[in-house]
Amino acid sequence: MTIAARALDYGWPSRTIGRGVELTLAGGEIVCLLGPNGGGKTTLMRTLLGLLEPVAGEVVLDGRALREWPARERATRLAYVPQAAGSYFNFSVSEMVEMGRTAHRGAFGAPGARDREAAQAALDRLGIGGLGARPIHGVSGGERQLALIARALATGATHLLMDEPTANLDFGNQSLILDEVARLRAAGAGILFSTHHPDHALRIADRVVLLRAGSVLACGPGGATLNSENLSALYGRPIDVLEVVSPGGTKARTCLARQAPRFN
Amino acid sequence: MILAPRRFPLALALSAVALLALAAWSLTVGRFAVSPGDVLRALWSSLGGADTGIAKNADAVVLQVRAPRVIAALAVGAALSAAGAAYQNLFRNPLVSPDILGVSAGCALGAALAVLAALPVAMVQALAFAGGLLAVGLVVAIGARVRGRDPILTLILTGVMVGSLFGAGVALVKYVADPYNQLPAITFWLLGSFAGALPRDLAATLLPIAAGVALLWLLRWRIDVLALSDDEARSLGVNVGRARLVVIFAATLVTASAVSLAGTIGWVGLVIPHAARLLAGAKFARVLALSVVLGAGFMLAVDTACRTAFATEIPPGVATAFIGTPVFIALLAIALRRSA
Repeated sequence: MTIAARALDYGWPSRTIGRGVELTLAGGEIVCLLGPNGGGKTTLMRTLLGLLEPVAGEVVLDGRALREWPARERATRLAYVPQAAGSYFNFSVSEMVEMGRTAHRGAFGAPGARDREAAQAALDRLGIGGLGARPIHGVSGGERQLALIARALATGATHLLMDEPTANLDFGNQSLILDEVARLRAAGAGILFSTHHPDHALRIADRVVLLRAGSVLACGPGGATLNSENLSALYGRPIDVLEVVSPGGTKARTCLARQAPRFN
Repeated sequence: MILAPRRFPLALALSAVALLALAAWSLTVGRFAVSPGDVLRALWSSLGGADTGIAKNADAVVLQVRAPRVIAALAVGAALSAAGAAYQNLFRNPLVSPDILGVSAGCALGAALAVLAALPVAMVQALAFAGGLLAVGLVVAIGARVRGRDPILTLILTGVMVGSLFGAGVALVKYVADPYNQLPAITFWLLGSFAGALPRDLAATLLPIAAGVALLWLLRWRIDVLALSDDEARSLGVNVGRARLVVIFAATLVTASAVSLAGTIGWVGLVIPHAARLLAGAKFARVLALSVVLGAGFMLAVDTACRTAFATEIPPGVATAFIGTPVFIALLAIALRRSA
C-alpha cells in the first residue's frame, strides 16, 4: 500500500515543471506538500494521480507503474480530493458522494444498494451522515469539503490525494478538516495533503515535502524539516518557528512571518 | 430544487398524463373542429379496431393531418430538450443550447443547398441531417487536433467558429438563390415548421431521436460525473474523452434529426432543461426525464397555438422565442437571486 515517485520529472513535454522528485506515501501516514504559488504542487499531484503522464521517471502504485493500471482499478486505490471551491451543479450531498462509486460499475451501470450503503457509510465516517439530502450549495464550506472527502472514501481508495482541502475555509472549518484527516490516518489511510499553511503541516504531518520551483527544497519528518531556515528559503520571506504552550500545558509549534520593519 | 426527490416519480407521472391529455386535445382543435369522441374513434380505427362509422373527412383530418404534426411536435420538443440537458451537463453550463457545436448551422446549410439544387423534400431533410452531423464532426475533429489543456473551452470556441462559418455559407446560398422561389423556401425552412410533417418522414426522424435519447438515458450516471471537473471525473475512473464523444454523438443525432424535420427551432433546448433543473435538481436522470416530458408538452402547446391562434399560421421557431424569452429571463432572475 504505497505510492511512490521515482526520479520524477513532471509537467508537459514542452514545459517541464518539476525535476527529480522522490516521494513515498505509505498507508497510515500524512505527507504534507508545502510551497509557494506556482511551485508545482498541483501539477505534481495531478501526475501522482495519473492525470498527467510523467515527463521522465515514474510513479509506482503498489509495486506497479501507475500508467499500467486500468483507469477503473486505479480509481479504487487512489482518490482525489479537490478544493471545495469548485462550482458544481447543485447535486445533493449523497448524489455527490455516490459518484465516488463510479469505478465500481460500468458505463451504463446504475448505482445499487451496495453503492448507496458505501456512500452513506463514508458520510457517517466523517460525521455528516445526516446531510445526505441537502443540496451541495446549501451546506457550509467545511461540510462541502467533508462531502468531497467522503466521495473519495466511497471509492474504497486507500490513498487520498488532497489538493489544498483547507483553502477557502474559515479558521474553525480548517481545524475540523485537519482533525478528520488525522482520524483517517489513524484508520490506515495514506494521505498526501497540500496546503499553504505551514501550521497545518506542523499539526498533522508525519513528513513534509517542501517544493519550490519544481524541485524538492527539503523533505523529511515534519518537526525537523519545518524550521525557520527551510521555511524562509521556501517562501522567500523571513519566517520564525515558535514554540508555544497552551493554557492547558500542551506544547505546540507555530510559525510566524516576520514583519517588515517599516510597518512596525 | 423545487420538487423533493421522493415526490419526483409522482410529479413525472402526472406531467406525462397531462401531456397525453394535451396531445388528445390538440387533435380536436383547428380550423376543422373534431369532437373528442370522433378523435378517439379515429385513433381506435387506425389501431385496427372496428370501423366506427366516423365521417371520412374527420378521420382524414385527425389521422393524416393532425396526428403526424402532433407527433412531430412532441418528438422535436423532447429531442431538443434532451440534447440541451445533456449539453448543459457536459459543458457544465446551464446556459448552453443544443446548437452549441454548430449542429443547427450545419443543418441549415445542408437544407439551403438542397433547396438551391431544387431537390425533393426528402433530400432537403437528408442533407440537413448530414450537414448537422458534418458541422459537429468538424468541431470534434478540430478539437481533437488542437488538444488544448481545456478541451471544453476548445470545443465551445470551435463550435462558435464552425457555426459562424456554416452561417456564412447559408447567407451565401441565400444571396445566390432565386429570390422568388428558393429564397422564400430557405427562409421558411429556417423559421421552422411542423406543417409539412408527413407520416412517412416521421419514422426516419423518430428512430434516430429515440436511439439518441435512449443512449443518453443509459449514460445518465456517467453524464452526472461529466458535470464535475475533468480531473475529478478522470480520477473517479471515467474515460472522459470517450464518454464526452459518445454524449456529443447522441445529442447530435437527436438534434440533427429534430432540426431536419422541423427547421431551426431555438429556445426549447435552452429553456426546458434549465426549467427541469430548477424543478428537479441537478441529477441528470431526473433532468432528462422531466426535460423530455416538458419539452414535448411545450413544443406541442406552442405549435397548437401557432396553428389555431391567428388566421395565418405563425412559424413555431418564432413563437418559441416569443414565449421562451420571457420565461428564460424569469428563470435566470430566480437562479441568480438564489445564488446571490
